[in-house]
Amino acid sequence: MSDNYSNDPMLDMFIFETVQLIEQLEQSIIEIERSNCYTEDSINEIFRVMHTIKSSSAMMHYENISLIAHTIEDLFYFLREEKPKKIDCLKLTDIVLESADFIKHETDKIVEGRKSDGDGSELIRRIKNYLSRLKADNSKENAEKGKSPSKNEDTDSISEDSSNQINLSDFLQQNYKAVIYFEEGCQMENVRAFLVINNLKEIAEDISYVPEDIIDNDGSIEIIKNNGFWISFKSDRSYKEIHEFISHNVVFLKEFELYETKSDGHQQLSTDNQNRKDLQDKEKIEEPQFVSTRQSIISVNVHKLDKLMDLVGELVISEAMVLQNPDLNGLVLDNFLKSARQLHKITGELQDAVMSIRMVSLSATFQRMNRIVRDMSKKLGKDIRLELIGEETEVDKNIIDHISDPLMHLIRNSVDHGIENSEVRKAKNKPEFGTITLEAKNSGGDVLIIIKDDGRGLNKESILSKARRNGLIKKPEQELTDKEVYSFIMLAGFSTKEEVSEYSGRGVGMDVVTKNIGAIGGTVSIDSVEGEGTAITLKMPLTLAIIDSMTIKTGKSFFSVPIISIRESFKAEDGDIIIDSEGNEMIMIRGQCYTAVRLYELYGIKTEIKNISDGVMLMVENDGKAICIFADEIIGEQEVVIKALPGYIRNLKKIRGLSGCTLLGDGNISLILDVGDLITSLEEGRMKI
Amino acid sequence: MTDLAAERMDTGEDTMKGKFLTFLLGNEAYAIEIKFVIEMIGMQPITEVPELPEYVRGIINLRGKIVPVMDVRLRFKKESKEYNDRTCIIVVDVDGILLGLIVDNISEVISIPDEEIVPPPEINSCAENKYIKGIGKVGSNVKLILDCRKIMNEKDVEAISQIE
Repeated sequence: MSDNYSNDPMLDMFIFETVQLIEQLEQSIIEIERSNCYTEDSINEIFRVMHTIKSSSAMMHYENISLIAHTIEDLFYFLREEKPKKIDCLKLTDIVLESADFIKHETDKIVEGRKSDGDGSELIRRIKNYLSRLKADNSKENAEKGKSPSKNEDTDSISEDSSNQINLSDFLQQNYKAVIYFEEGCQMENVRAFLVINNLKEIAEDISYVPEDIIDNDGSIEIIKNNGFWISFKSDRSYKEIHEFISHNVVFLKEFELYETKSDGHQQLSTDNQNRKDLQDKEKIEEPQFVSTRQSIISVNVHKLDKLMDLVGELVISEAMVLQNPDLNGLVLDNFLKSARQLHKITGELQDAVMSIRMVSLSATFQRMNRIVRDMSKKLGKDIRLELIGEETEVDKNIIDHISDPLMHLIRNSVDHGIENSEVRKAKNKPEFGTITLEAKNSGGDVLIIIKDDGRGLNKESILSKARRNGLIKKPEQELTDKEVYSFIMLAGFSTKEEVSEYSGRGVGMDVVTKNIGAIGGTVSIDSVEGEGTAITLKMPLTLAIIDSMTIKTGKSFFSVPIISIRESFKAEDGDIIIDSEGNEMIMIRGQCYTAVRLYELYGIKTEIKNISDGVMLMVENDGKAICIFADEIIGEQEVVIKALPGYIRNLKKIRGLSGCTLLGDGNISLILDVGDLITSLEEGRMKI
Repeated sequence: MTDLAAERMDTGEDTMKGKFLTFLLGNEAYAIEIKFVIEMIGMQPITEVPELPEYVRGIINLRGKIVPVMDVRLRFKKESKEYNDRTCIIVVDVDGILLGLIVDNISEVISIPDEEIVPPPEINSCAENKYIKGIGKVGSNVKLILDCRKIMNEKDVEAISQIE
């Protein structure tokens, strides 16, 4: 079964669900650790998660996963039912996280189509050990409690939330049951019973009685006469006190029986109800919080969304085909145009709606970082806090997939290299705990993600010397700006950290980060102040699917240039062109000199327009570098749906300066220029003009 | 369930097994297995894509799908020929990758049983030979059976190095 992942919707569902549950579990555990106590809610949640995983994995015949989940479930069942006081929170968290890791690992195996064959018996043994130790501790504690209940409260060092306090008093109270018989002929038995209850309220709690509707129902008189009046209640008074209380306070008392009960079913039920009510109340309070982070209401296969996106793209194109149909030229069509505008509005809205479906908040990705920071800081013995800002920022699903790894890497770098040990920090007059801030925000059509730490910062000198050794410096050193120096660390094989640690320092990493971010059209920039910290900014487009672009024409070919990268377009005169000794063309604009690129020469396209004055110049920029592109004419501005070049061409070779293609309104295909790639290719001389 | 799907696949392939689409390049008759063929269309306006080997003429817009097209003549290092109204594009799907093959004209769909197919001679340095999977005998004629996967995947080292 596990060999056939994609064909099995059940397995698909299982994997999806398990991954989500584990993620949720991790998140709540991290939260618990921060507040340092296992609340009833969290115990219930973990119990529920493990219970679900247990049953679903058992159903799918993944025995190892099911066993682990079952053991954890047992552990939390004990925690939930017995509410032991002495919990080794740290140990418990470790165990749960380890189990979560195990399950995650096994699920990964299943996803990859391998057999889930991990052996969890060692882990299970440890969980069981922990549980039995917990049980032993707890029973001892109970015994102590029995001896000196009042003292126990004082020694109770763990801060308890209110619900636990109620439970504590529950524990100290005894349960009683009383059956009261009134004297025959005393009349109005129901009212007397009511008085008894009223009196009892002074000394007892949780009073319940049979018959229940003593006042409203006259029939209850008969019942009380015949069967007696049954009361069960809780009180912290002793048996003797209760006995005395009843015999003194009940008038017309014929006889009564009083029992002390340990914990009968009825009582259990009522406390359970109480708990559940508490829980519900709490959930109600917490609800607004959850709304912002967990909005997963429906889960849809991404491929379906891609398909929908494609279709909407097609629709937009066909709409343009209809509305700009050459057959309409010269006709006066007032009504048609009115309807056309309406259609245009609707397709526009549809497009926005589809785009918004694909937008996912960054919170899940950000939350995952908590775990990394926790694990690493623990292992490295550093005290680090992770602050998340703007995690509700939404980006396209594709982008989320691309940034998860780079983010993880950057966070690891910050924890490992950035933040110093607490001794060093103390010596430097910094707060003992390090802070890493992970911030996301929108800025125009881009999303910025900033990873900032208040650690030691980058050492310019050591970067420079390393760069010198590797022969990476191609400019006079005094001309290098800070940013350029820092950007050396993004090159392949560059690591300033001398020793390699478990987490980072191998020199593979920053270049991968740059590559991954670059692959989705983003950029990485680094700011740092030595001794104060480093900030790394990832700048990415909001979406990959649709861009605003300017379409230009050269010969018979169309090219689309993203509007974001266009600085200006202008007509140039032949005399504006300067030719250097190697035949490279340049153009002088407002005292600045730019490389001029003739698109037809660059890509070997046949065109009639070769005079600079006949065509147009488009100044494009990326990363602060600008070049001028010469084309025949500008067709116009248009929103285009980016399509990748067909697989065959992608397999054949990577075409420099092109990021994809798109369909124009008239059915023509236009190639999308990748300005960044174009400029770097030209700079590195990989492309000849 | 998966078994069912597999079964269906089997029967689907069964009906297509031994069937070939034949086309002409000059005087030679070629055949490709029908299971690769998605559709046949007439000549379309082609958008050139720079930096590709000469035999990849560019991309076409096939009802919103963007499909690269390859001139089979150029691929086999034959002389190119002016496209006319007999020129056709055969769109094939090999392992999920679409490609249009430009051919002189399409003839017919025929059945060639396995026993009528012989492997090509091993000693033959002709450029097109490596793309030939077998030679099918149909009556007195022979059809050269193309290996679609090779046409697609074998990189023409020479052509690419020329560009660079």
